[in-house]
Amino acid sequence: MQRIGVFVCWCGSNIAGTVDVHKVAEALKSEPGVVIATQYQYMCSEAGQTLIKDAIRDHKLTGIVVCSCSPRMHEATFRKTAAAAGLNPYMVEIANIREQCSWIHKDMEVGTEKAIILGRAAIAKVHLNAPLVAGESPVVKRALVIGGGIAGIQTALDIADAGFPVDIVETKPTIGGKMAQIDKTFPTLDCAACILTPKMVDAAQHDKINIYAYSEVAEVKGFVGNFSVKIKQKARMVDPVKCTGCGLCVEKCPMKKVPNEFNLGMDKRSAIYIPFAQAVPKVATIDPTACLKMKTGKCGLCATVCEAGAIDYTQQDSFIEEKYGAIVVATGYNPINLDQFDEFAYNQSPDVVTSLEFERLTNAAGPTAGTLLRPSDGKHPHTLVFVQCVGSRCDGAEKGKSYCSKICCMYTAKHAMLCREKYPDTEVYVFYIDVRTPGKNFDEFYRRAVEEYGVKYIKGMVGKVAPQADGSLLVQASDLIEGEQLKIKADMVVLAAAIEPDQSARPLATMLTASMDTNDFFTEAHPKLRPVESPTAGVFLSGCCQGPKDIPETVSQASGAAAKVIGLLVKDSLTCNPCVAHSDELMCNGCSACEKVCPYGAITYQDKEFRMPDRTTAIRRVASVNPAVCQGCGACTVACPSGAMDLNGFSNSQIMAEVDAICK
Amino acid sequence: MSHNKETLREIVIETAGVNPRKCMKCGKCSATCPAYDEMEYHPHQFVSMVEAGKIEELMNSKSIWMCLSCFACVERCPRGVEPASFIEAARLALIRQQGKNHLKAEDVPAKLNDKLPGQAIVSAFRKYSK
Repeated sequence: MQRIGVFVCWCGSNIAGTVDVHKVAEALKSEPGVVIATQYQYMCSEAGQTLIKDAIRDHKLTGIVVCSCSPRMHEATFRKTAAAAGLNPYMVEIANIREQCSWIHKDMEVGTEKAIILGRAAIAKVHLNAPLVAGESPVVKRALVIGGGIAGIQTALDIADAGFPVDIVETKPTIGGKMAQIDKTFPTLDCAACILTPKMVDAAQHDKINIYAYSEVAEVKGFVGNFSVKIKQKARMVDPVKCTGCGLCVEKCPMKKVPNEFNLGMDKRSAIYIPFAQAVPKVATIDPTACLKMKTGKCGLCATVCEAGAIDYTQQDSFIEEKYGAIVVATGYNPINLDQFDEFAYNQSPDVVTSLEFERLTNAAGPTAGTLLRPSDGKHPHTLVFVQCVGSRCDGAEKGKSYCSKICCMYTAKHAMLCREKYPDTEVYVFYIDVRTPGKNFDEFYRRAVEEYGVKYIKGMVGKVAPQADGSLLVQASDLIEGEQLKIKADMVVLAAAIEPDQSARPLATMLTASMDTNDFFTEAHPKLRPVESPTAGVFLSGCCQGPKDIPETVSQASGAAAKVIGLLVKDSLTCNPCVAHSDELMCNGCSACEKVCPYGAITYQDKEFRMPDRTTAIRRVASVNPAVCQGCGACTVACPSGAMDLNGFSNSQIMAEVDAICK
Repeated sequence: MSHNKETLREIVIETAGVNPRKCMKCGKCSATCPAYDEMEYHPHQFVSMVEAGKIEELMNSKSIWMCLSCFACVERCPRGVEPASFIEAARLALIRQQGKNHLKAEDVPAKLNDKLPGQAIVSAFRKYSK
């Protein structure tokens, strides 16, 4: 018989406000095996923990139940407390009477009754608990960064500077991400390429960083400290070692009508291409959907002109397998598709552009070589209308996103300001719902756009953009402050489209078993206190994959994620979770059901010799669990038809005892 | 008998079936409204007036009859607030007022003509004479 202590926490008024803690302690005192039941205002405080330690020693307790907040919050705290008093930490059970009880009930009587039931279930479980000892697993001292934008680059540089090898996997032919497409950065207006490209070069030249460009993560196995990742290197048809990036092939390629994705389709590139001048790695890539040689077998001009002999039309996708201790997700964002917002005529007029397209139209390396020209006729625009919140803050509507995309207010102010600075003859309107400028020097920047540059900020969403026969765009909007209807004849309309996580994020989250929210942003382990970690151990988050952010915020988070990765990689080994599965070989019938459901590949089968009741021996196929790989998810225990699989600390009998106690 | 201010507000919100508090005051409804110039209150104001309980003012305004029910505001509202539904609810609240005979028996003969179905007059009389 266990000697159990029950400790009921008030959590100030968090629990005590809706649960009669005295009554709970009193009721649980009479449960079998309970030798002491008490309550205290804050069990997690030092005084509360001392109370538990003293009780363990004074009453020679063999198990304790803490009725408090969620085990996610303080299970580790109370396990340490128990261990300090000489009790095996796995003899501690938490009854969650806060999140699952006091916070969700208003009625004291009902809340108290439920708290007693939850406490009773935990006591029933402790009766069947056995001391467990945690093992250790080694840490592979190498990190993987998925995504080569500014977030991924910064994370990789910081980890590499600490002396650990890092691999960057980037799906595009070059690293650089969205920042490479941006012209100027707010609020300082320095050139994005000027501050990004040195970092790209640093990453490429760092002896600890290895860049897999034009590659994707194909498979992830393993767990924190010991991930095994399969990386698919897409065929470039160009040998990246031989290619010098001279660009002769690009120049000679006869197929020059491919929409250039780097300039968002606003100009054309050749079938063999280098995305931009400062691309890293500066290696050509053949687009097989456009290449004449690949499509018709005729041409091969690039191979003829290439002095390095780097062109190889027979190249196939290849796979690399590597082991990592930590994985950082930095998959970034994209502007949303605007097909559903036909009121803004985005698909009807080339002069209605997104803000990212506008960046390219003002960039010296863009389709107009930096001179702002109307896409339709190449003429200088005089009246420009910027529309904010296109697709952001949409709730209840079937289109758009419910969240604020965060970066649009500032980049719109930047665009409007630069327009007025470079072309003083332009009239620039910004239609806003709210101007949100929280950030260092952000509001000053927006005010400068208004006060020094005379950008006309008008409160009110644009209702309609109608292309006119004369090529202009009629913008209809309400000035909500003046109370008047505006009809502006504009030359160009720029839409601040909402941003959304990159489409690669969802399948990646499945591979990593990392959780996401309803908008496909990765969820952080704790929204305030663990913002750069995913709830999945060993998986870290960097940049817009976690939520919309600007460059300074992305870089801070990238460095934060790197610090967390370094903190993990400096360890030689990690304490394993002892709550792992094991198989009862006598009950196992070798059906493989557990092996199929195991997400970690922890189960293997062995042929083992068994003594049979009739004194003969027989070879039987039985499951065995690798405790270093098992994460204790319990999928196998549910799948096993014969009940041979069981989970330490969460055995079938323990769960049933809890259910029985609840139903009593 | 007419309702008090608060009851009237509740009736209009219930009839419209949308929550005026969802409005973020972006004004896209007014920006898109083809009848804007004919109204003294505009679609975005309908929503805030309902929220503020100014239903009587709405019911007495010409604006509610200027609305074309084209539903452009409903289609384009990013918050699913449906200003046109409030306008319709205000119209209904007005015509459903008890004791306000909008169509008197003695007016009926004058309205009869060849082009108007007799049944329309009868149903209008039933609807508006309570």
